[in-house]
Amino acid sequence: MLPRDLKAESFASYPPEARRIAIDHLETLRRLPLSFVPSLLRELIDYDYKFPVERSTIEKEISALKSLKDDEVHEWFTEFAAISLSSSLTTFSWVDLPAQFVEQEAAYLWSTHQLDSFRKAAKDYGDRLERLKEPEPNDLRRLGIAVVGRDVSTYDGLLFKNLRKHGTYFTSVSPQNGLKSLLAAVEKRAEADQARYAHWYVDGGSPVAHSDRITSVAYDALAPVRNSLLKRMQAEISRPGMGPEELRTVLARLNPADVGMEGNMDPVLSRFQLKLFTEGSGTQIYSTTFVQWTSREILRRAQARTLLVRYAPRQRQRPLNELLAGEHGEAELDPSGSLIDAEMGAYYHWINQQRLPGSEGSGFIAWFEGHNQAVAIGPSMPRGTESNSAIDLERLVSLVLA
Amino acid sequence: MKVNHSFSHSEAACLVSRTRREFLRDAAGLVAGGAVLQASPFARGESVRKKRKVVVVTFGGGARDQETFAPEGQENIPHMLSEMAPQSSFFTHVTNKGILGHYVATASLATGVYETLNNFASVAPEHPTIFEYFRKELKRPSSDAWVVAPSNGFHRIGESEVRGFGPGQGARVILPKRLLGLASAGRDVDLEHLLHDNYETPLYTPVLAGGEVELHQMETILKLSVGDFASHARTLSSPDELSLYIAKRLMREEAPSLLWITMHDIDVAHSGAFSLYIDGIRRTDRLCAELWKTIQTEPEYAGNTTMFVLPDFGRDSDFDAGGNGFQHHRTGDAASRTTWMMVLGAGARQGVVYDTPVQSIDLVPSIGAMMGFSPSQSSGKLIRELV
Repeated sequence: MLPRDLKAESFASYPPEARRIAIDHLETLRRLPLSFVPSLLRELIDYDYKFPVERSTIEKEISALKSLKDDEVHEWFTEFAAISLSSSLTTFSWVDLPAQFVEQEAAYLWSTHQLDSFRKAAKDYGDRLERLKEPEPNDLRRLGIAVVGRDVSTYDGLLFKNLRKHGTYFTSVSPQNGLKSLLAAVEKRAEADQARYAHWYVDGGSPVAHSDRITSVAYDALAPVRNSLLKRMQAEISRPGMGPEELRTVLARLNPADVGMEGNMDPVLSRFQLKLFTEGSGTQIYSTTFVQWTSREILRRAQARTLLVRYAPRQRQRPLNELLAGEHGEAELDPSGSLIDAEMGAYYHWINQQRLPGSEGSGFIAWFEGHNQAVAIGPSMPRGTESNSAIDLERLVSLVLA
Repeated sequence: MKVNHSFSHSEAACLVSRTRREFLRDAAGLVAGGAVLQASPFARGESVRKKRKVVVVTFGGGARDQETFAPEGQENIPHMLSEMAPQSSFFTHVTNKGILGHYVATASLATGVYETLNNFASVAPEHPTIFEYFRKELKRPSSDAWVVAPSNGFHRIGESEVRGFGPGQGARVILPKRLLGLASAGRDVDLEHLLHDNYETPLYTPVLAGGEVELHQMETILKLSVGDFASHARTLSSPDELSLYIAKRLMREEAPSLLWITMHDIDVAHSGAFSLYIDGIRRTDRLCAELWKTIQTEPEYAGNTTMFVLPDFGRDSDFDAGGNGFQHHRTGDAASRTTWMMVLGAGARQGVVYDTPVQSIDLVPSIGAMMGFSPSQSSGKLIRELV
């Protein structure tokens, strides 16, 4: 089937809101090339479970496409139309399974050396949409905080080496009530700006007490979900004919209830949490990976205005000789390895934050938990400098947003 | 700072390779290849060619400049920098324009053609491999070409199904992790974590038939009992260490003229744990140096062996929004496509850096020219600086 053949019935399997939007914009969808439409439907099919910012983005994108005249459609999509697709892709059930289509399309583009052309088409399309965007004033400047190194007593390496050149490295930060004061700052922002899913706290272990105005995700609390998912994956893998692509298809179809998430949970948040495990790589195994990936997804999807993440020690990777020796026992933790993971995670946190609107005014802090070292990045913070001045974290928060 | 990525693909690739070259000059005292005007060091008579051996090591699975040859990564590769680079011809700008999956990319390296096979399927390369050209044209026995590979997914890397080449005419493939799994069968050890086939799809392991024959081969070819193998494995910390152990055993017992070793510890990066990725790079650096020392001390190899070390590809840049930095190699950006190659030993000019852009598929025709066979179906070009 091609986009021009789309009918209202084609979207029968979509959740109500997504179906409504698709049917309302059938004419628009019919005008677009097959190499592009499934990418749009991949977002649309989950509309009912998306964050407000994502919903708004989808609505604006479809409205922009609807407003295009025929010659503009041709201009916008010439590059996509030039992408050739295989017959198996054109006959694929891309309306019902747009994410799977996109995955198979990517494999096909790799194999036919069309990936670079597709990337360029996608980038040009993104640039066109970007030019149409109108700035949305928001007085609350974005704040990112990464707390790393829990349970590490000493560290001899060069801490925050990637971040230092972008801000000021403090060596005399008071660790007293550090986490508490950072959480208080997040709570204060959540009180002032009560938009849903705008203020987040992610913990790689068990969360400390916090206001329910903050959206929270914690690795330990999701242990039952992880275990249920891993069991399910193992069961699927043992079935005849199951390969990696089939497994991904199965995972993409999972609902929160399938892995024991309670029905009374916020459906948007439970879907988000499930996807952290079904779409993330390593999130099921290592808490540091979970925190890094979660921060990326919160910024990419929810465009959080405040995001505090706290890394915790992940389990230690056991070397070959230990495995062969049959040493079972409790999974040990690797605090120092986790610090290195978290340091890189903090760098990616900052990079992902800088991709969002208003990056010029945003602030960022990475703090070595329980210690005196932190790096602070913000519009008024000198770059590539070091400060030995005594300071506490509350003051640091106010400095990066000054 | 607003994060952007305004460099074009080719500009970024050039920047990557220039940074690497400048660092190498500073750190290892290497000179630019353009200043070296002697005749090819590989020009040799037929008598030398007959004894020539080649060892190819893929520095896998994929490492970026910033964790290796860039200034901030130098602490991770002390052996390659201080011991190997000064003895090598170093190519700063090697591009992989193919599919960035480990099996398909390694198959492309081995055929000299950008293969398009399914990275996760148990299929043979679609074009003749270097091992088939080598054996057919030089009339070498099967014992003269070996592959040591990390995972079950690589078990068909040794030969294609192309008419005139194909089954029985390529390399023998040994999968150390599979051997370890067979040797440990029935024992109360938790090898699931270790023996997962690869890091790209860690929960999926292709099923291979057989087993008894391979264990038998281990005893007859490697002169290694199952018990000795299992007990030595208990002293090692990683699958690549196991691969090196098997490779050294092969060199001692079979002395193949063409030996291909695929490392993959580094690909633990797919788990998202940066410290494990760095550990993998440091280990691979050490193992490459250990292999190079073995080559220099094994009588069958010393003085007549050329060693190639190259990653199959890189990993995604921190700044490509489509990826997640070091974790994967999915974006096809410059950082994931641009790599390097180190050539050491017989015929290699020492301490020379070449900026000339080459492609990973150029490896096969270049080795062919060195060893005296013609990879007729390869689409790669001769690397003139080598032949």
